[in-house]
Amino acid sequence: MTIKLMQGNEAIAMGSLAAGCRFYAGYPITPSTEVAEIMSRELPRVGGKFIQMEDEIASMAAIIGGSVGGLKSMTATSGPGFSLMQENIGYAAMAEIPCVVVNVQRLGPSTGQPTAASQGDVMQARWGTHGDHQIIVLSPISVAQSFELAVKAFNFSEKYRTPVILLTDEIIGHMREPIELPDFDTVEKVERVVTDSPADYKAFRNEPGDVPPMASFGLGYRYHITGLFHDEVGFPTQRLDEIDPWLERVNRKIENNTDDILLYQKDYQPGARTAILSYGATARTARHAMKQLRAKGQKVSLFTAQTLWPFPEKAVEELADSVERIIVPEMNMGQLALEVERMAGRKKVVRVNRANGEMVTPDMILEAAEN
Amino acid sequence: MNKRTEIRLAGEGGQGMILAGIILAEAAAIYDGKQATQTQSYGPEARGGASRAEVVISDDEIDHPEVLSADVVLALSQEAYKKFAKTIHAGGLLIIDADRVEVPADFAGVKVPVARIAQETTGKAITANTVALGLLVGLTGVVSRDAIEKAVTARAPKGTEEMNRKALQAGFEAAEQVKALTV
Repeated sequence: MTIKLMQGNEAIAMGSLAAGCRFYAGYPITPSTEVAEIMSRELPRVGGKFIQMEDEIASMAAIIGGSVGGLKSMTATSGPGFSLMQENIGYAAMAEIPCVVVNVQRLGPSTGQPTAASQGDVMQARWGTHGDHQIIVLSPISVAQSFELAVKAFNFSEKYRTPVILLTDEIIGHMREPIELPDFDTVEKVERVVTDSPADYKAFRNEPGDVPPMASFGLGYRYHITGLFHDEVGFPTQRLDEIDPWLERVNRKIENNTDDILLYQKDYQPGARTAILSYGATARTARHAMKQLRAKGQKVSLFTAQTLWPFPEKAVEELADSVERIIVPEMNMGQLALEVERMAGRKKVVRVNRANGEMVTPDMILEAAEN
Repeated sequence: MNKRTEIRLAGEGGQGMILAGIILAEAAAIYDGKQATQTQSYGPEARGGASRAEVVISDDEIDHPEVLSADVVLALSQEAYKKFAKTIHAGGLLIIDADRVEVPADFAGVKVPVARIAQETTGKAITANTVALGLLVGLTGVVSRDAIEKAVTARAPKGTEEMNRKALQAGFEAAEQVKALTV
Protein backbone atom coordinates (compact mmCIF):
# COMPACT_ATOMS: atom_id res chain seq x y z
CA MET A 1 0.00 0.00 0.00
CA THR A 2 1.24 3.45 -0.85
CA ILE A 3 0.09 6.81 0.38
CA LYS A 4 -1.64 9.03 -2.16
CA LEU A 5 -3.06 12.50 -1.93
CA MET A 6 -6.64 12.24 -3.09
CA GLN A 7 -9.92 14.15 -3.13
CA GLY A 8 -12.94 12.82 -1.25
CA ASN A 9 -14.83 12.46 -4.52
CA GLU A 10 -11.99 10.40 -5.98
CA ALA A 11 -11.97 8.20 -2.88
CA ILE A 12 -15.72 7.64 -3.32
CA ALA A 13 -15.13 6.49 -6.89
CA MET A 14 -12.32 4.19 -5.73
CA GLY A 15 -14.41 2.79 -2.89
CA SER A 16 -17.30 2.15 -5.25
CA LEU A 17 -15.04 0.26 -7.64
CA ALA A 18 -13.57 -1.70 -4.73
CA ALA A 19 -17.09 -2.58 -3.58
CA GLY A 20 -17.81 -4.01 -7.00
CA CYS A 21 -19.82 -1.21 -8.63
CA ARG A 22 -20.03 -1.99 -12.34
CA PHE A 23 -22.71 0.45 -13.55
CA TYR A 24 -22.80 4.22 -13.34
CA ALA A 25 -25.40 6.47 -14.88
CA GLY A 26 -25.34 10.15 -14.15
CA TYR A 27 -25.43 13.75 -15.18
CA PRO A 28 -22.37 15.75 -14.12
CA ILE A 29 -22.89 18.57 -11.64
CA THR A 30 -20.52 20.58 -9.46
CA PRO A 31 -19.27 19.67 -6.87
CA SER A 32 -19.79 15.98 -7.63
CA THR A 33 -18.38 15.81 -11.17
CA GLU A 34 -15.10 14.12 -10.23
CA VAL A 35 -17.00 10.97 -9.27
CA ALA A 36 -18.49 10.73 -12.79
CA GLU A 37 -15.19 11.66 -14.39
CA ILE A 38 -13.30 8.90 -12.62
CA MET A 39 -16.00 6.28 -13.06
CA SER A 40 -16.17 7.06 -16.80
CA ARG A 41 -12.45 6.39 -17.00
CA GLU A 42 -12.24 3.38 -14.69
CA LEU A 43 -15.44 1.38 -15.28
CA PRO A 44 -14.64 0.31 -18.86
CA ARG A 45 -11.26 -0.98 -17.60
CA VAL A 46 -12.96 -3.45 -15.27
CA GLY A 47 -15.72 -4.49 -17.66
CA GLY A 48 -18.28 -2.06 -16.25
CA LYS A 49 -20.53 0.42 -18.02
CA PHE A 50 -20.76 4.19 -17.73
CA ILE A 51 -23.60 6.16 -19.28
CA GLN A 52 -24.03 9.90 -19.23
CA MET A 53 -27.78 10.40 -19.15
CA GLU A 54 -29.87 13.35 -20.28
CA ASP A 55 -30.74 14.40 -16.74
CA GLU A 56 -30.92 13.20 -13.15
CA ILE A 57 -34.42 11.73 -13.42
CA ALA A 58 -33.18 9.42 -16.14
CA SER A 59 -29.91 8.76 -14.25
CA MET A 60 -31.80 7.43 -11.27
CA ALA A 61 -34.05 5.35 -13.51
CA ALA A 62 -31.01 3.93 -15.29
CA ILE A 63 -29.27 2.77 -12.12
CA ILE A 64 -32.47 1.07 -10.97
CA GLY A 65 -32.43 -0.77 -14.29
CA GLY A 66 -28.74 -1.56 -13.98
CA SER A 67 -29.30 -3.02 -10.54
CA VAL A 68 -32.28 -5.12 -11.64
CA GLY A 69 -30.03 -6.33 -14.44
CA GLY A 70 -27.65 -7.66 -11.78
CA LEU A 71 -24.93 -5.02 -11.52
CA LYS A 72 -24.04 -2.98 -8.46
CA SER A 73 -25.12 0.47 -9.60
CA MET A 74 -24.61 4.08 -8.59
CA THR A 75 -25.00 7.71 -9.50
CA ALA A 76 -23.57 10.93 -8.07
CA THR A 77 -25.07 14.37 -7.97
CA SER A 78 -25.59 17.55 -5.97
CA GLY A 79 -28.48 19.76 -4.81
CA PRO A 80 -30.64 20.37 -7.92
CA GLY A 81 -29.87 16.91 -9.30
CA PHE A 82 -30.70 15.28 -5.98
CA SER A 83 -34.09 17.00 -6.05
CA LEU A 84 -34.77 15.55 -9.50
CA MET A 85 -33.84 12.06 -8.33
CA GLN A 86 -36.33 11.97 -5.49
CA GLU A 87 -39.23 10.35 -7.33
CA ASN A 88 -37.16 7.40 -8.49
CA ILE A 89 -35.42 7.06 -5.12
CA GLY A 90 -38.90 6.33 -3.79
CA TYR A 91 -39.38 3.82 -6.59
CA ALA A 92 -36.16 2.06 -5.55
CA ALA A 93 -37.35 2.03 -1.94
CA MET A 94 -40.76 0.65 -2.94
CA ALA A 95 -39.35 -1.99 -5.29
CA GLU A 96 -36.46 -2.79 -2.87
CA ILE A 97 -33.76 -2.24 -5.47
CA PRO A 98 -30.19 -1.88 -4.20
CA CYS A 99 -28.43 1.25 -5.47
CA VAL A 100 -26.12 3.97 -4.21
CA VAL A 101 -26.77 7.68 -4.69
CA VAL A 102 -23.91 10.02 -3.86
CA ASN A 103 -24.97 13.56 -2.98
CA VAL A 104 -22.06 16.00 -2.64
CA GLN A 105 -23.94 18.76 -0.87
CA ARG A 106 -23.58 22.31 -2.14
CA LEU A 107 -25.23 25.52 -1.03
CA GLY A 108 -28.93 25.67 -1.80
CA PRO A 109 -31.83 25.98 -2.20
CA SER A 110 -32.24 25.82 -5.97
CA THR A 111 -29.00 26.23 -7.96
CA GLY A 112 -27.66 28.09 -4.91
CA GLN A 113 -23.89 28.23 -5.18
CA PRO A 114 -22.26 25.34 -7.04
CA THR A 115 -18.78 25.64 -5.49
CA ALA A 116 -19.88 26.44 -1.93
CA ALA A 117 -20.31 23.87 0.83
CA SER A 118 -23.44 22.92 2.72
CA GLN A 119 -25.08 20.29 4.87
CA GLY A 120 -28.52 21.46 3.82
CA ASP A 121 -29.80 18.15 2.42
CA VAL A 122 -29.87 16.12 5.64
CA MET A 123 -33.65 16.14 5.89
CA GLN A 124 -34.11 15.79 2.13
CA ALA A 125 -31.94 12.67 2.15
CA ARG A 126 -34.33 11.17 4.70
CA TRP A 127 -37.67 12.50 3.51
CA GLY A 128 -37.10 13.90 0.01
CA THR A 129 -39.24 11.31 -1.69
CA HIS A 130 -42.90 11.11 -0.78
CA GLY A 131 -44.48 8.50 1.45
CA ASP A 132 -43.22 6.57 4.45
CA HIS A 133 -40.11 4.64 3.60
CA GLN A 134 -36.85 3.46 5.06
CA ILE A 135 -33.50 4.62 3.74
CA ILE A 136 -29.89 4.51 4.86
CA VAL A 137 -27.83 7.70 4.77
CA LEU A 138 -24.07 7.76 5.44
CA SER A 139 -21.83 10.82 5.78
CA PRO A 140 -17.99 10.72 5.72
CA ILE A 141 -15.68 13.04 7.68
CA SER A 142 -12.48 12.49 5.70
CA VAL A 143 -11.05 11.30 2.41
CA ALA A 144 -10.17 7.92 3.91
CA GLN A 145 -13.70 7.58 5.27
CA SER A 146 -15.13 8.54 1.87
CA PHE A 147 -13.58 5.33 0.55
CA GLU A 148 -14.74 3.24 3.51
CA LEU A 149 -18.30 4.54 3.46
CA ALA A 150 -18.61 4.08 -0.31
CA VAL A 151 -17.85 0.40 0.31
CA LYS A 152 -20.33 0.32 3.20
CA ALA A 153 -22.99 2.03 1.09
CA PHE A 154 -22.83 -0.72 -1.51
CA ASN A 155 -22.68 -3.43 1.14
CA PHE A 156 -25.73 -2.09 2.99
CA SER A 157 -27.68 -1.58 -0.23
CA GLU A 158 -27.07 -5.16 -1.37
CA LYS A 159 -27.52 -6.70 2.06
CA TYR A 160 -30.83 -4.95 2.78
CA ARG A 161 -32.12 -4.41 -0.78
CA THR A 162 -32.44 -0.68 -0.29
CA PRO A 163 -31.24 2.56 -1.83
CA VAL A 164 -28.39 4.08 0.19
CA ILE A 165 -27.52 7.77 0.10
CA LEU A 166 -23.84 8.64 0.52
CA LEU A 167 -24.28 12.19 1.77
CA THR A 168 -20.99 14.02 1.58
CA ASP A 169 -20.30 17.74 1.16
CA GLU A 170 -18.23 20.07 -0.99
CA ILE A 171 -15.50 20.34 1.67
CA ILE A 172 -14.86 16.61 2.03
CA GLY A 173 -15.57 15.99 -1.67
CA HIS A 174 -12.98 18.44 -2.95
CA MET A 175 -10.47 18.30 -0.09
CA ARG A 176 -7.26 16.44 -0.72
CA GLU A 177 -5.76 14.34 2.05
CA PRO A 178 -3.39 11.41 2.25
CA ILE A 179 -5.04 8.01 1.96
CA GLU A 180 -3.66 4.49 1.88
CA LEU A 181 -5.78 2.65 -0.65
CA PRO A 182 -6.16 -1.02 0.22
CA ASP A 183 -5.86 -3.79 -2.34
CA PHE A 184 -9.41 -3.96 -3.73
CA ASP A 185 -9.37 -7.77 -3.41
CA THR A 186 -9.04 -7.47 0.36
CA VAL A 187 -12.07 -5.16 0.73
CA GLU A 188 -15.05 -6.87 2.35
CA LYS A 189 -17.80 -7.08 -0.24
CA VAL A 190 -21.42 -8.08 0.34
CA GLU A 191 -23.21 -9.72 -2.56
CA ARG A 192 -26.99 -9.75 -2.82
CA VAL A 193 -28.75 -12.96 -1.84
CA VAL A 194 -29.79 -14.81 -4.98
CA THR A 195 -31.81 -17.94 -5.45
CA ASP A 196 -31.59 -20.94 -7.73
CA SER A 197 -35.23 -21.99 -7.94
CA PRO A 198 -37.03 -19.98 -10.63
CA ALA A 199 -40.19 -22.11 -10.34
CA ASP A 200 -41.37 -20.87 -6.94
CA TYR A 201 -39.47 -17.56 -6.87
CA LYS A 202 -41.15 -14.67 -5.10
CA ALA A 203 -39.19 -11.42 -5.41
CA PHE A 204 -41.04 -9.82 -2.48
CA ARG A 205 -41.82 -12.79 -0.26
CA ASN A 206 -42.43 -11.91 3.35
CA GLU A 207 -41.20 -15.18 4.93
CA PRO A 208 -38.67 -16.40 5.96
CA GLY A 209 -36.28 -13.54 6.63
CA ASP A 210 -36.85 -9.88 5.90
CA VAL A 211 -34.65 -9.52 2.81
CA PRO A 212 -35.95 -11.68 -0.03
CA PRO A 213 -33.44 -13.04 -2.56
CA MET A 214 -33.11 -10.83 -5.62
CA ALA A 215 -32.92 -12.47 -9.02
CA SER A 216 -31.59 -10.53 -11.98
CA PHE A 217 -33.89 -9.93 -14.92
CA GLY A 218 -33.24 -12.19 -17.87
CA LEU A 219 -32.25 -15.32 -15.97
CA GLY A 220 -35.60 -17.07 -16.14
CA TYR A 221 -37.18 -15.72 -12.98
CA ARG A 222 -40.64 -14.27 -13.45
CA TYR A 223 -41.68 -11.31 -11.35
CA HIS A 224 -43.09 -7.85 -11.72
CA ILE A 225 -41.67 -4.50 -10.60
CA THR A 226 -43.89 -1.53 -9.87
CA GLY A 227 -44.08 1.57 -7.75
CA LEU A 228 -47.54 0.52 -6.65
CA PHE A 229 -48.07 -1.52 -3.51
CA HIS A 230 -47.58 -5.07 -4.64
CA ASP A 231 -47.99 -8.69 -3.66
CA GLU A 232 -45.13 -11.16 -3.16
CA VAL A 233 -44.67 -11.63 -6.92
CA GLY A 234 -44.77 -7.90 -7.53
CA PHE A 235 -48.23 -7.35 -8.99
CA PRO A 236 -50.27 -4.37 -7.78
CA THR A 237 -52.49 -5.04 -4.80
CA GLN A 238 -54.98 -3.21 -2.64
CA ARG A 239 -55.39 -6.09 -0.21
CA LEU A 240 -54.53 -5.03 3.32
CA ASP A 241 -53.36 -8.56 4.15
CA GLU A 242 -50.67 -8.07 1.51
CA ILE A 243 -49.88 -4.41 2.16
CA ASP A 244 -49.46 -4.68 5.93
CA PRO A 245 -46.96 -7.56 5.93
CA TRP A 246 -44.90 -5.74 3.31
CA LEU A 247 -44.87 -2.52 5.34
CA GLU A 248 -43.88 -4.41 8.46
CA ARG A 249 -41.13 -6.31 6.69
CA VAL A 250 -39.44 -3.34 4.96
CA ASN A 251 -39.41 -1.41 8.22
CA ARG A 252 -38.18 -4.46 10.15
CA LYS A 253 -35.29 -5.12 7.77
CA ILE A 254 -33.75 -1.75 8.69
CA GLU A 255 -34.93 -1.35 12.30
CA ASN A 256 -33.88 -4.86 13.37
CA ASN A 257 -30.39 -4.33 11.98
CA THR A 258 -29.36 -1.02 13.50
CA ASP A 259 -26.44 -2.73 15.28
CA ASP A 260 -25.00 -3.32 11.83
CA ILE A 261 -26.14 -0.11 10.15
CA LEU A 262 -25.46 2.57 12.78
CA LEU A 263 -21.90 3.84 12.45
CA TYR A 264 -20.60 6.46 14.88
CA GLN A 265 -17.65 7.26 17.13
CA LYS A 266 -17.81 8.23 20.77
CA ASP A 267 -14.99 10.16 22.40
CA TYR A 268 -16.44 10.75 25.85
CA GLN A 269 -14.80 12.26 28.93
CA PRO A 270 -16.12 11.15 32.31
CA GLY A 271 -17.71 14.09 34.11
CA ALA A 272 -18.18 16.16 30.94
CA ARG A 273 -21.23 18.41 31.13
CA THR A 274 -20.98 19.49 27.49
CA ALA A 275 -21.01 17.31 24.42
CA ILE A 276 -20.54 18.20 20.75
CA LEU A 277 -22.40 16.14 18.16
CA SER A 278 -21.58 16.50 14.50
CA TYR A 279 -21.04 14.82 11.14
CA GLY A 280 -19.43 15.41 7.74
CA ALA A 281 -16.91 18.23 7.30
CA THR A 282 -18.21 19.94 10.44
CA ALA A 283 -17.10 16.94 12.51
CA ARG A 284 -13.52 17.97 11.75
CA THR A 285 -14.19 21.42 13.17
CA ALA A 286 -15.91 19.86 16.18
CA ARG A 287 -12.86 17.71 16.94
CA HIS A 288 -10.63 20.77 16.54
CA ALA A 289 -12.76 22.68 19.04
CA MET A 290 -12.91 19.69 21.41
CA LYS A 291 -9.12 19.49 21.56
CA GLN A 292 -8.89 23.23 22.25
CA LEU A 293 -11.47 22.97 25.04
CA ARG A 294 -9.73 20.00 26.64
CA ALA A 295 -6.39 21.82 26.38
CA LYS A 296 -7.99 24.63 28.40
CA GLY A 297 -9.14 22.12 31.01
CA GLN A 298 -12.83 21.92 30.09
CA LYS A 299 -14.24 18.42 29.99
CA VAL A 300 -16.15 17.75 26.81
CA SER A 301 -17.51 14.69 25.02
CA LEU A 302 -17.62 14.23 21.27
CA PHE A 303 -20.08 12.21 19.22
CA THR A 304 -19.39 11.83 15.50
CA ALA A 305 -22.11 10.26 13.38
CA GLN A 306 -21.45 8.51 10.09
CA THR A 307 -24.91 6.99 9.82
CA LEU A 308 -27.35 9.91 9.85
CA TRP A 309 -30.40 7.83 8.91
CA PRO A 310 -31.64 5.77 10.59
CA PHE A 311 -30.76 8.25 13.33
CA PRO A 312 -28.72 6.70 16.18
CA GLU A 313 -31.51 7.36 18.66
CA LYS A 314 -30.41 5.15 21.52
CA ALA A 315 -26.78 6.27 21.48
CA VAL A 316 -27.79 9.95 21.42
CA GLU A 317 -30.32 9.40 24.19
CA GLU A 318 -27.56 7.85 26.30
CA LEU A 319 -25.27 10.75 25.49
CA ALA A 320 -27.96 13.22 26.54
CA ASP A 321 -28.35 11.34 29.83
CA SER A 322 -24.65 11.78 30.58
CA VAL A 323 -24.32 15.54 29.91
CA GLU A 324 -26.22 18.78 30.49
CA ARG A 325 -26.16 20.08 26.96
CA ILE A 326 -25.31 19.01 23.45
CA ILE A 327 -23.84 21.45 20.94
CA VAL A 328 -24.79 20.63 17.36
CA PRO A 329 -22.76 22.54 14.75
CA GLU A 330 -24.01 22.21 11.17
CA MET A 331 -23.58 23.93 7.81
CA ASN A 332 -27.33 24.55 7.67
CA MET A 333 -29.96 26.29 9.79
CA GLY A 334 -30.41 23.28 12.08
CA GLN A 335 -31.43 19.93 10.64
CA LEU A 336 -29.84 17.02 12.49
CA ALA A 337 -30.26 19.21 15.59
CA LEU A 338 -34.00 18.50 15.33
CA GLU A 339 -33.30 14.80 15.85
CA VAL A 340 -30.91 15.52 18.71
CA GLU A 341 -33.61 17.69 20.33
CA ARG A 342 -36.06 14.83 19.93
CA MET A 343 -33.75 12.50 21.86
CA ALA A 344 -32.39 15.00 24.39
CA GLY A 345 -35.42 15.15 26.70
CA ARG A 346 -34.99 18.12 28.98
CA LYS A 347 -31.32 18.54 28.22
CA LYS A 348 -30.33 21.64 26.33
CA VAL A 349 -29.45 21.43 22.65
CA VAL A 350 -27.32 24.36 21.44
CA ARG A 351 -27.39 24.88 17.70
CA VAL A 352 -24.36 26.38 15.95
CA ASN A 353 -25.32 27.12 12.38
CA ARG A 354 -23.67 28.53 9.31
CA ALA A 355 -25.52 28.35 6.01
CA ASN A 356 -23.64 30.76 3.74
CA GLY A 357 -21.35 28.27 2.01
CA GLU A 358 -18.46 28.55 4.47
CA MET A 359 -17.41 26.08 7.14
CA VAL A 360 -18.39 26.46 10.76
CA THR A 361 -15.24 27.66 12.57
CA PRO A 362 -13.77 26.25 15.79
CA ASP A 363 -14.32 29.67 17.41
CA MET A 364 -18.08 29.44 16.82
CA ILE A 365 -18.16 26.15 18.72
CA LEU A 366 -15.83 27.45 21.46
CA GLU A 367 -18.12 30.42 21.99
CA ALA A 368 -21.10 28.11 22.44
CA ALA A 369 -19.14 25.82 24.77
CA GLU A 370 -17.72 28.57 26.95
CA ASN A 371 -21.03 30.36 27.53
CA MET B 1 -1.73 21.84 17.38
CA ASN B 2 1.25 24.17 17.75
CA LYS B 3 3.01 22.29 14.96
CA ARG B 4 0.25 23.21 12.53
CA THR B 5 1.30 25.45 9.62
CA GLU B 6 -1.35 27.16 7.53
CA ILE B 7 -0.52 28.38 4.04
CA ARG B 8 -2.65 30.29 1.56
CA LEU B 9 -1.60 30.48 -2.10
CA ALA B 10 -3.56 33.05 -4.06
CA GLY B 11 -3.55 34.46 -7.55
CA GLU B 12 -5.59 34.70 -10.69
CA GLY B 13 -7.35 31.67 -12.07
CA GLY B 14 -4.94 29.99 -14.49
CA GLN B 15 -1.78 30.90 -12.52
CA GLY B 16 -1.54 27.38 -11.17
CA MET B 17 -2.18 28.18 -7.52
CA ILE B 18 -4.33 25.13 -6.91
CA LEU B 19 -1.76 22.85 -8.54
CA ALA B 20 0.95 24.49 -6.40
CA GLY B 21 -1.17 23.74 -3.34
CA ILE B 22 -1.56 20.11 -4.36
CA ILE B 23 2.19 19.75 -4.95
CA LEU B 24 3.00 21.31 -1.58
CA ALA B 25 0.56 18.99 0.18
CA GLU B 26 2.00 16.00 -1.68
CA ALA B 27 5.52 17.01 -0.68
CA ALA B 28 4.39 17.02 2.96
CA ALA B 29 2.17 13.93 2.97
CA ILE B 30 3.92 11.59 0.55
CA TYR B 31 7.60 12.55 0.75
CA ASP B 32 7.99 14.06 4.23
CA GLY B 33 5.58 11.71 6.02
CA LYS B 34 3.54 14.52 7.56
CA GLN B 35 -0.18 15.14 7.67
CA ALA B 36 -1.61 17.58 5.12
CA THR B 37 -4.93 18.83 3.84
CA GLN B 38 -5.40 20.85 0.68
CA THR B 39 -8.58 22.79 0.02
CA GLN B 40 -9.46 25.36 -2.58
CA SER B 41 -11.82 28.05 -3.55
CA TYR B 42 -12.56 29.25 -7.02
CA GLY B 43 -15.29 30.90 -9.03
CA PRO B 44 -17.04 29.24 -11.95
CA GLU B 45 -14.53 30.72 -14.44
CA ALA B 46 -11.78 28.53 -15.93
CA ARG B 47 -9.41 31.51 -16.17
CA GLY B 48 -9.25 34.88 -14.51
CA GLY B 49 -11.10 35.60 -11.30
CA ALA B 50 -9.54 35.00 -7.92
CA SER B 51 -8.25 31.53 -7.18
CA ARG B 52 -6.84 30.29 -3.93
CA ALA B 53 -5.48 27.09 -2.57
CA GLU B 54 -5.05 26.38 1.10
CA VAL B 55 -2.65 23.90 2.57
CA VAL B 56 -2.45 22.86 6.20
CA ILE B 57 0.62 20.86 7.20
CA SER B 58 1.09 19.28 10.59
CA ASP B 59 2.99 16.57 12.41
CA ASP B 60 -0.27 15.57 14.09
CA GLU B 61 -3.71 14.65 12.83
CA ILE B 62 -5.39 17.63 11.12
CA ASP B 63 -8.90 18.31 12.32
CA HIS B 64 -10.37 21.54 10.91
CA PRO B 65 -9.01 21.27 7.35
CA GLU B 66 -9.08 24.91 6.28
CA VAL B 67 -6.84 27.87 7.08
CA LEU B 68 -8.00 29.69 10.21
CA SER B 69 -5.23 32.27 10.57
CA ALA B 70 -2.56 32.03 7.90
CA ASP B 71 1.10 31.58 8.79
CA VAL B 72 2.10 32.16 5.18
CA VAL B 73 0.29 33.98 2.39
CA LEU B 74 1.59 34.01 -1.17
CA ALA B 75 -0.13 36.58 -3.38
CA LEU B 76 0.70 36.67 -7.08
CA SER B 77 -1.94 39.22 -8.12
CA GLN B 78 -3.20 42.55 -6.85
CA GLU B 79 -6.64 41.14 -6.18
CA ALA B 80 -5.19 38.22 -4.25
CA TYR B 81 -3.09 40.62 -2.18
CA LYS B 82 -6.05 42.87 -1.46
CA LYS B 83 -8.21 39.95 -0.42
CA PHE B 84 -5.82 37.80 1.57
CA ALA B 85 -2.99 39.96 2.94
CA LYS B 86 -5.15 40.73 5.97
CA THR B 87 -5.84 37.04 6.67
CA ILE B 88 -2.32 36.54 7.94
CA HIS B 89 -1.60 36.58 11.65
CA ALA B 90 0.91 38.92 13.30
CA GLY B 91 4.37 37.58 12.64
CA GLY B 92 3.21 35.61 9.63
CA LEU B 93 5.01 35.66 6.31
CA LEU B 94 3.54 37.53 3.34
CA ILE B 95 5.13 36.92 -0.07
CA ILE B 96 4.13 38.92 -3.14
CA ASP B 97 5.12 39.15 -6.78
CA ALA B 98 7.09 42.43 -6.82
CA ASP B 99 6.13 43.23 -10.43
CA ARG B 100 2.45 42.47 -10.18
CA VAL B 101 1.41 43.67 -6.76
CA GLU B 102 1.59 47.27 -5.61
CA VAL B 103 2.10 47.58 -1.89
CA PRO B 104 2.26 50.50 0.55
CA ALA B 105 5.64 51.97 1.49
CA ASP B 106 5.61 50.33 4.92
CA PHE B 107 5.13 46.83 3.46
CA ALA B 108 6.89 44.36 5.73
CA GLY B 109 6.66 41.18 3.67
CA VAL B 110 8.84 39.64 1.03
CA LYS B 111 8.83 41.09 -2.50
CA VAL B 112 10.20 38.87 -5.25
CA PRO B 113 9.52 39.22 -9.00
CA VAL B 114 8.27 35.63 -9.22
CA ALA B 115 6.84 35.73 -12.77
CA ARG B 116 9.89 37.56 -14.11
CA ILE B 117 12.25 34.99 -12.57
CA ALA B 118 10.17 32.24 -14.16
CA GLN B 119 10.32 33.91 -17.56
CA GLU B 120 14.08 34.50 -17.32
CA THR B 121 14.84 30.99 -16.01
CA THR B 122 12.69 28.78 -18.21
CA GLY B 123 11.34 31.14 -20.85
CA LYS B 124 7.86 30.23 -19.67
CA ALA B 125 5.78 32.43 -17.40
CA ILE B 126 3.59 29.44 -16.48
CA THR B 127 6.45 28.07 -14.35
CA ALA B 128 5.86 30.97 -11.94
CA ASN B 129 3.96 28.66 -9.60
CA THR B 130 6.99 26.34 -9.39
CA VAL B 131 9.31 29.29 -8.72
CA ALA B 132 6.88 30.40 -6.02
CA LEU B 133 7.00 26.95 -4.41
CA GLY B 134 10.82 27.05 -4.33
CA LEU B 135 10.69 30.52 -2.80
CA LEU B 136 8.11 29.53 -0.19
CA VAL B 137 9.90 26.33 0.83
CA GLY B 138 13.27 28.08 0.81
CA LEU B 139 11.96 30.77 3.14
CA THR B 140 9.88 28.61 5.50
CA GLY B 141 11.26 25.07 5.42
CA VAL B 142 7.69 23.88 5.89
CA VAL B 143 8.63 20.83 3.84
CA SER B 144 12.14 19.64 2.93
CA ARG B 145 13.72 20.76 -0.33
CA ASP B 146 14.09 17.13 -1.27
CA ALA B 147 10.38 16.50 -0.76
CA ILE B 148 9.25 19.51 -2.80
CA GLU B 149 11.63 18.58 -5.61
CA LYS B 150 10.26 15.04 -5.72
CA ALA B 151 6.68 16.31 -5.62
CA VAL B 152 7.28 18.86 -8.40
CA THR B 153 9.01 16.28 -10.58
CA ALA B 154 6.25 13.71 -10.05
CA ARG B 155 3.58 16.20 -11.08
CA ALA B 156 5.46 17.79 -14.01
CA PRO B 157 4.13 16.80 -17.44
CA LYS B 158 6.50 14.40 -19.23
CA GLY B 159 9.39 16.27 -20.80
CA THR B 160 9.08 19.30 -18.51
CA GLU B 161 10.71 17.78 -15.42
CA GLU B 162 14.05 19.53 -16.01
CA MET B 163 12.38 22.87 -16.73
CA ASN B 164 10.40 22.62 -13.50
CA ARG B 165 13.46 21.59 -11.51
CA LYS B 166 15.22 24.72 -12.81
CA ALA B 167 12.25 26.88 -11.87
CA LEU B 168 12.21 25.35 -8.39
CA GLN B 169 15.95 25.92 -8.03
CA ALA B 170 15.50 29.56 -9.07
CA GLY B 171 12.91 29.85 -6.30
CA PHE B 172 15.35 28.38 -3.75
CA GLU B 173 18.01 30.89 -4.89
CA ALA B 174 15.59 33.81 -4.63
CA ALA B 175 14.85 32.67 -1.07
CA GLU B 176 18.57 32.65 -0.24
CA GLN B 177 18.89 36.19 -1.58
CA VAL B 178 15.98 37.36 0.54
CA LYS B 179 17.48 35.74 3.62
CA ALA B 180 20.90 37.32 2.91
CA LEU B 181 19.27 40.75 2.74
CA THR B 182 17.33 40.41 5.97
CA VAL B 183 20.22 39.14 8.10
